[in-house]
Amino acid sequence: MNRKIVFRILFSLMALALLAISILGLSSCGQQQTEAVTLYVYNWGEYMSDGSEGTLDANAMFEDWYYKTYGVKVKVNYSTYSSNESMYAKIKSGSVNYDVIVPSDYTIQRLINDELLAPLNYDNIDNIGNLAPEFYGEDAKYDFYDPGNIYSVPYMYGMIGIIYNTSVIPENEDDLGSWSLMWDEDYKGNILQFNNSRDAFGTAQYYLHLDVNSPNEADWRAALEKLKEQKKIVQGYVMDEIYNKMENGSAAIAAYYAGDYLTMYEENEDLEFYYPEEGTNLYVDAMCIPKASQNKEIAERYINFMLTEEVAVANAEYTYYASPNRLVRENQDYIDYLAEIKEDAYEKIYDTDSVYTSSYEHLSDDKLILLNNLWEELKSDMEIGLAIYIICGVIIATLAGFGIFFAVRKRMRKIQ
Amino acid sequence: MKVLSKCYMGVIFFLLYIPIIVLIVFSFNDAGSLSEFTKPSLVWYEELFRDEEALSSLMNSLILAISSSLIATVIGTFGALGLHRMRSRYIKGSVNAITNVPMMNPDIVTGVSMMLLFVFVGGLLQAKQLFGFGTMLIAHVTFNLPYVILSVMPRFKQLDKSLSEAAQDLGCTPSKAFFKAELPEIIPGIVSGLMLGFTMSLDDFVISHFVSSPDFQTLPLYVYNQTAHDVKFSMYALSAMIVLIITVILLVVNFAGSVGSRKSRAVRGGK
Amino acid sequence: MKQRSLFQKIAAAPHILWAIMFIVAPMLFVLYFAFTDEDKHFSFENIASLSQYSNVFILSIAFALIATVICLLIGYPLAYFMAKQKPKTQKILMVLIMLPMWCNLLIRTYALMALLDNGGLLNSMLDKIGVGRIPIVGTYFGVILGMVYDFLPYMVLPIFTAMTKLDKRYIEASYDLGCNGWQTMTRTIMPLTASGVISGVTMVFVPSISTFYISQKLGAGKIDLVGDTIERLFQNVSTYNVGAAMSLVMMVLILISIFIMNRFSDDHTTAPVRGGRVK
Repeated sequence: MNRKIVFRILFSLMALALLAISILGLSSCGQQQTEAVTLYVYNWGEYMSDGSEGTLDANAMFEDWYYKTYGVKVKVNYSTYSSNESMYAKIKSGSVNYDVIVPSDYTIQRLINDELLAPLNYDNIDNIGNLAPEFYGEDAKYDFYDPGNIYSVPYMYGMIGIIYNTSVIPENEDDLGSWSLMWDEDYKGNILQFNNSRDAFGTAQYYLHLDVNSPNEADWRAALEKLKEQKKIVQGYVMDEIYNKMENGSAAIAAYYAGDYLTMYEENEDLEFYYPEEGTNLYVDAMCIPKASQNKEIAERYINFMLTEEVAVANAEYTYYASPNRLVRENQDYIDYLAEIKEDAYEKIYDTDSVYTSSYEHLSDDKLILLNNLWEELKSDMEIGLAIYIICGVIIATLAGFGIFFAVRKRMRKIQ
Repeated sequence: MKVLSKCYMGVIFFLLYIPIIVLIVFSFNDAGSLSEFTKPSLVWYEELFRDEEALSSLMNSLILAISSSLIATVIGTFGALGLHRMRSRYIKGSVNAITNVPMMNPDIVTGVSMMLLFVFVGGLLQAKQLFGFGTMLIAHVTFNLPYVILSVMPRFKQLDKSLSEAAQDLGCTPSKAFFKAELPEIIPGIVSGLMLGFTMSLDDFVISHFVSSPDFQTLPLYVYNQTAHDVKFSMYALSAMIVLIITVILLVVNFAGSVGSRKSRAVRGGK
Repeated sequence: MKQRSLFQKIAAAPHILWAIMFIVAPMLFVLYFAFTDEDKHFSFENIASLSQYSNVFILSIAFALIATVICLLIGYPLAYFMAKQKPKTQKILMVLIMLPMWCNLLIRTYALMALLDNGGLLNSMLDKIGVGRIPIVGTYFGVILGMVYDFLPYMVLPIFTAMTKLDKRYIEASYDLGCNGWQTMTRTIMPLTASGVISGVTMVFVPSISTFYISQKLGAGKIDLVGDTIERLFQNVSTYNVGAAMSLVMMVLILISIFIMNRFSDDHTTAPVRGGRVK
């Protein structure tokens, strides 16, 4: 009797699930009556205005605009990654064919080296002129990774700095202004380090005044030693988890990208920021099209669309990263918007001149392997501690004791 | 002693539930913070229902769970039948052992092994976009299979052999005898296998993590991506809803029907 | 017995085919990748290179062992007390134990982390009453706590089931034969529930040793267990081989421990250990 009831419930649950699917399915089918072309966009997390909290939804806008302009339905499949390395692995493995990706400078070099990028057809990207002269054209200062912008169009740029919590770090702290704050043992357990090899090694290299693109193995090893020393006092290695941790005060010191600092500052006004005096990294993230893309023309138009003033402003306002787009920088709404968040926000994020900066460049294969090995060494560098050995020893001894006890007892019984 | 044991149970259950309770309570927190409760509100639930990504991953999860559990049930039921009737003990034993591999293995090894297979096949076929719904479906059917077999097999063992023989004596062909006389007897096993597979598939994260593509995101993958970034507070609302729905289902199932069948299943399957 | 029909002969064929294609073949690929280098040449280098991860292995085994023992120490009395309740209360307690098992592990782990984080509810409360913060996230203790919290129900449920199946007359007989409470416990109840303990231990140990989400969240990326390392190695095409070698070693480790536990249980029960679905 009871069993019948159970089955009735189980069946009705299944039926409910089916119903839910059909409802959800119908509602989404309604939107895609005609077969839409899917454009695969692979971007950093939190790196494009997505319509949340009243912002502009850049991808939805592109879909509308494309349909109106070209009469073709395009569906943007937008997904995100949290490190250049994982993005590179996906592209290299070819498991998914993305149409637009936004790697950082050194990874663009790597992708070009591996012949994984397609040259852009600028006939489809006529908004390229919106870029500031240091990013595009003859005077370009920041196009070392792709001279002449054959494969890439800058999307955002920025610098790495140190974010700290003023309620924990006193104003007169000597280490302020330097990378040494991240090695200060007074703040043990309050420091967050990057969870990607290049940026993490970068912090140590700048601190030690080493070349971040050093051809010397010894330099990299020196940086590793510094990081190992730091591992004893860091709370953890994180990427985008940093937002929550800094906002709610779980950690007090972290190196991260300048734009993201403003996002955190919005939630927690105790946070302050500086560029370390020893120098820091200036990075450019640029839009590229992988060779495997099957909708290159749409992808180019997508890039072009991202360069229009309205969308570029929306993205710059959403991410707080520095925009290479001249129209954005001159946009009064944008300037006011930043000032509203924090008085000196604009100066902070566009201040490339008062700090010594350098950029990561693509490393040779043997250096890449070295970096990878050193990173693994750092990650697996953990003290086990006598206590753990003792506890485990006791556990194993007890287990063994039981085993022997039962075996002996069994034999005794057999004898009896 | 009695009081002591009650206290002990109380403390353990309290500790077990406190994170979940905090999560549910704070999903109603207007401020969107986990450390300070300002005032109750439903904003995050509204936000959740506007979040297309979350809704589509919910739908993907349901589609995947239903299709994978159905396929696994069909293959597994016939598999159990065939194995039950198999004469060669040697083949039977080895097939059984192989079937149990995904259950014994840690999920991460199963996930990694399937990923390697798909990477290899993808390289062989020069296939683009191999990862996606297809690979997810294959992986989920694979880890559902042992549970289906596990639920159906005992039913076959309990079957009265004379049932099928009687049916055949009365003029049924062997296959007809199976469908008419035996199938009704094993239906409860099939249903529990189906449900078990359904919940397993709905819940799986680790295996999906290795064989998925951004094309096809399920709910656990969505939660994973959320917790790796700046967590949207609507995720708390989503989690709270999942917990509440599961509570209701569990209560209904346990109090309307027998606990027994579920209990044994839970012990076996870890669910 | 009548002749098997063709239908019955081929009924298992799809299943066997599926098992060969998607269970056996993937395992062979793990083997293949573990013993070849990037240029597809046979090599032992991947296995050899695992020596740099000896700390990771030791720590993973240690954490899993400690978490399992803590789960057992907490879970066994809990199951015992639960089994002593009235049937109606037992039903409610059952639901209470099963509910966390049905909730997604990610959600529970994240909820725990959010609660225990330095700026989380617990620590901000401790701050307010003047005790000061206790760092838990990013410490060994935090990771073990996460494992215990996540997998405790997997320990309790099988033991509880074994307890409820226990024939009350054995216990009465044991008292009648002059055993006191403690002797009854160790000589009657414990041996008769050993099968439950064995499956509980498997269901806690295996997921603990292979987890990566718990160590990622509660270890804040600083504590690297085998699962984390495998996951990271599989994010990079050039380290697939080492990752496969590591998976292989972990698989062998787990099979050995399941085998040992099976031997353990030989004394008391013939029920095979069934690994839990592993997170």
